[in-house]
Amino acid sequence: MKKNKTHIDWTLIFLFFLLISIGWINIYSTTVESFDSFNFNTSYGRQLIWISSAILLAIFTFVINYRFFPGFATPIYFIFILLLLLVIVVGESTKGASSWFGFGSLGIQPAEFAKYATCLLLARYIANNECDLTKVKNLSVAILIIVLPLFFILLQNDTGSALPFLFLFIALYREGLFSWILIAGLTAIVLFILLVFFKEWIIAAFITFLLIWVLWLFRKKKRTYKGILLIYATIIIYIFTVDAIYTRVLKDYQRARIEVLFGKIEDSKGIDYNVIQSKIAIGSGGLLGKGFRNGTQTNLNFVPEQSTDFIFCTIGEEWGFVGSSVVVLLYAWLIIHIFLRSEQQRVPFVRIYGYCIACIFFAHFTINIGMTLGIMPVIGIPLPFISYGGSSLLAYTLMLFTFINLDAKTNLWN
Amino acid sequence: MKDSSRYQYRKWIILLSVILVSVVYIIRLLFLQIIDDQWEIRAKGNALRYVCDYPPRGLIYDRNGELLVTNTISYDLMVVPRNVKLTETLIKELCHILQISEEEFMKRFDKAKAYSPYIESIFDRQITDETHGYIEERLHRLQGFYLQPRTLRKYLTSSAAHSLGYIGEVNYYEIEKNPYYKMGDYIGKIGIEKYYEEELRGTKGCQILMVDNLNREKGSFQNGMFDTAAIVGKSLWASLDKELQEYGELLMKNKRGSIVAIEPSTGEILCIVTSPSYDPALLVGRNRGKNYAILEKDSINKPLFNRALMAQYPPGSTFKLVNALIGQEEGVINKDTRFSCTMGFAYGNRVLGCHAHASPLAMVASIQTSCNAYYCRVLKAILENRKKYKSTKEAYDAWYQKIISFGFGQKFNSDLPYELKGNIPTSAYYDRYYGENRWKATTIISIAIGQGEITVTPVQLANFVAIIANRGYYYPPHLVKAIGHKDSLNTQFYTKHYVDVKPAYFDPVIEGMEKAATAGTVRSASVPGIKIGGKTGTAQNPHGKDHSILIGYAPLDNPKIAISVIVENAGFGATWAGPITSLMIEKYLKDSVSRKELEERIINTNIY
Repeated sequence: MKKNKTHIDWTLIFLFFLLISIGWINIYSTTVESFDSFNFNTSYGRQLIWISSAILLAIFTFVINYRFFPGFATPIYFIFILLLLLVIVVGESTKGASSWFGFGSLGIQPAEFAKYATCLLLARYIANNECDLTKVKNLSVAILIIVLPLFFILLQNDTGSALPFLFLFIALYREGLFSWILIAGLTAIVLFILLVFFKEWIIAAFITFLLIWVLWLFRKKKRTYKGILLIYATIIIYIFTVDAIYTRVLKDYQRARIEVLFGKIEDSKGIDYNVIQSKIAIGSGGLLGKGFRNGTQTNLNFVPEQSTDFIFCTIGEEWGFVGSSVVVLLYAWLIIHIFLRSEQQRVPFVRIYGYCIACIFFAHFTINIGMTLGIMPVIGIPLPFISYGGSSLLAYTLMLFTFINLDAKTNLWN
Repeated sequence: MKDSSRYQYRKWIILLSVILVSVVYIIRLLFLQIIDDQWEIRAKGNALRYVCDYPPRGLIYDRNGELLVTNTISYDLMVVPRNVKLTETLIKELCHILQISEEEFMKRFDKAKAYSPYIESIFDRQITDETHGYIEERLHRLQGFYLQPRTLRKYLTSSAAHSLGYIGEVNYYEIEKNPYYKMGDYIGKIGIEKYYEEELRGTKGCQILMVDNLNREKGSFQNGMFDTAAIVGKSLWASLDKELQEYGELLMKNKRGSIVAIEPSTGEILCIVTSPSYDPALLVGRNRGKNYAILEKDSINKPLFNRALMAQYPPGSTFKLVNALIGQEEGVINKDTRFSCTMGFAYGNRVLGCHAHASPLAMVASIQTSCNAYYCRVLKAILENRKKYKSTKEAYDAWYQKIISFGFGQKFNSDLPYELKGNIPTSAYYDRYYGENRWKATTIISIAIGQGEITVTPVQLANFVAIIANRGYYYPPHLVKAIGHKDSLNTQFYTKHYVDVKPAYFDPVIEGMEKAATAGTVRSASVPGIKIGGKTGTAQNPHGKDHSILIGYAPLDNPKIAISVIVENAGFGATWAGPITSLMIEKYLKDSVSRKELEERIINTNIY
């Protein structure tokens, strides 16, 4: 490897431009009234301004000194924590979540940028030579870095934006997090789904039967009993705690969303209206789609939030199976490319940072498209680079081009 | 620098999960977009609204251009459940307008929703003019509801209900069979309305509009590429003579039976009376269902039973004419053949009785006096004709074929509503009944005089007279003369059907019928100043008094009307069927009836 030479990752730049173009075309398709006039006061007009800003931001991010990112990770992180706190107090609210700063007609969502800040600080902390995620102290700090912004975002009532933070555990896993934590996490999710369908005492009884069976299996190795009983106790406590939260703490509409997702309840009061309309729009696209601007479902406003969270519906309806599969594959390409590129990094900070942002993209990709396809709960988070919206576009541009910058100058590190 | 290679293997697990999610999503897309087509249908239901323009249904005139059936407009209140925002005010307002309870409202709404939340259903039928205006003003507030204009029928006659038929809402099966129809459309259910449904209804025009999520119109779909224009239904000229039809129904008042009159030269049915009948206006409008149920439940009068086409009677003595014709054709008799009659026909140790008249008789006189013995001998001669046929069965089959050629024992399959076939037994039937070679002419002798197993319908009898009037052929009896402004009827109505009897053999039969009318059994059917030919019949009725039958045509030299009259439980043919035939012929040929006294006597007679 030659020293002192920059290697620009053109693949990522290509994917960046491709995705924002796809995004803009689809925003244009659903919001344009007539071809004759171009109006900057429309969604597609404003998105064009956002895209221009994003490109400027990309260039700026790319040219600044790579040392800035690890160097200023901590102050950046705390500035955004502060902003998250501030937004709860003075922010503007949409749909029950107060997560916006309004500047005139433009709104800024600090939660999106907080993801960027979290990635930076998490990468910086774990990259430290002394950090060992198998140690309780280091692990706690790492988890705290993730959970702190998550907690404040939950306080804003914006569950959607909080969820992607959990995907950062994948990055932790790569850096040595105990496998059992992930296994425990998955078990917790399975138990939760079971709780939606069955009464807590039925599951508890089942687990107890399981315990007796396991104890009988291990009757020759009595010294494992302590561990088994500990796991059993944890699970039982978990079941009853979660049940209490589910029935007492969660609000009716939140419970309903979860139950609609698992098909436990049918459309009550149109809770799954969004999901059904989304499936209708995508499903009616067929193989090749209805063509640019010909999507009836999206153009006639049957799909809610069709230029932001449900933009994938427009793609599905107008570009069909071929178009939507291409978009799915483009995201898979982007995410896998960043993972693999990160893996090649000499510098731990760059590697871990790459992993973190890939995890964030992966989270948005999984949750957003899964939601439009009706296999994830309705959680309002944008599809990176494609959805309408300034904050998210600028935040993802920042994330991506920081990585491109770090990656390009990786040889300058000592 | 820290060692990262220890956990490097974990990248594979991470990459695998990314690939897994992508694959699952693509499979999901495959199912949504390609395999499952319900989403496409639902998308259309969402965004497309079919605004249909129902053209006025074709009018129905009688043969003289008098209007029988016309249209009135009515409105149905339609609902697309998904577009309705059920608010307290909306329910209250609609319940008030439609005069229904809230439970009824919810019942109807749930029913519509169960049918389809996306497709329109009828919420209230044929609403009154007053209500219509009221709703129209408030329509903008009643999101999800709209008014659909419909054409309803209006009858300018209270007669001919069975022939004209009626229209009604399409049912599930009719929609399945023909996708042209949508829930709430009207279709001809029976009679002319059914047979000529396609001509009468025209074609509805549909405009496909796009609507947004708030059901606001957003222009036409694909620039109107799939829109169609409405085509007005064609008018139709029935072969019926309105005056004659009404007169026939008047004469048959309080009697059971039917009158069928045919124009022999065309096969056009001039009148087809079934009694008791009903007023066609009963089956229009909001009370259609209720009235229909009442008519259907009337098991004594059976007003929905079309006797002219579905009642099957033994033809009685009228059947002697056909045997006279076939006997000549088979060469076993000629017009001068005489048979003696001594108060009947004796065979084995039994006697088929006859009434007092001169003996022996030739053919003309046998018709004039309606001699039973004569025709028993004719049938015996036909079936025992061993010169031509080896067995009775073979001779019977030849006879059977000739009978069938007269239109007996089968349907005409023209535009008549449900007809029945009547019954002419086959030799196979007798073989089954008596055993092979176990029956001969005398076994089945009663068919000679139109009794026994033989049954016919009134329309077959009228057609039979038309054949005699035409001396050997007929056109299938039909109800419609013209469609639109051209004679564009089914060609089968113009096809001559020849019977298997030579024209010359009709002469003595016609002479006999003429004599019967002037100085024989049919005197009661004679019309002053008009030469008619006729034949009485008495159909034996095991359930009560015999049915009175009379067939005839007039004028003799230039037949314009062939008629069959059956009055149930009225005894001998000449008594009641005779005068009715006479009045009908006079009405048709002279336009007015001079014998008011007779007319009044018939009208005021109740026979049950």
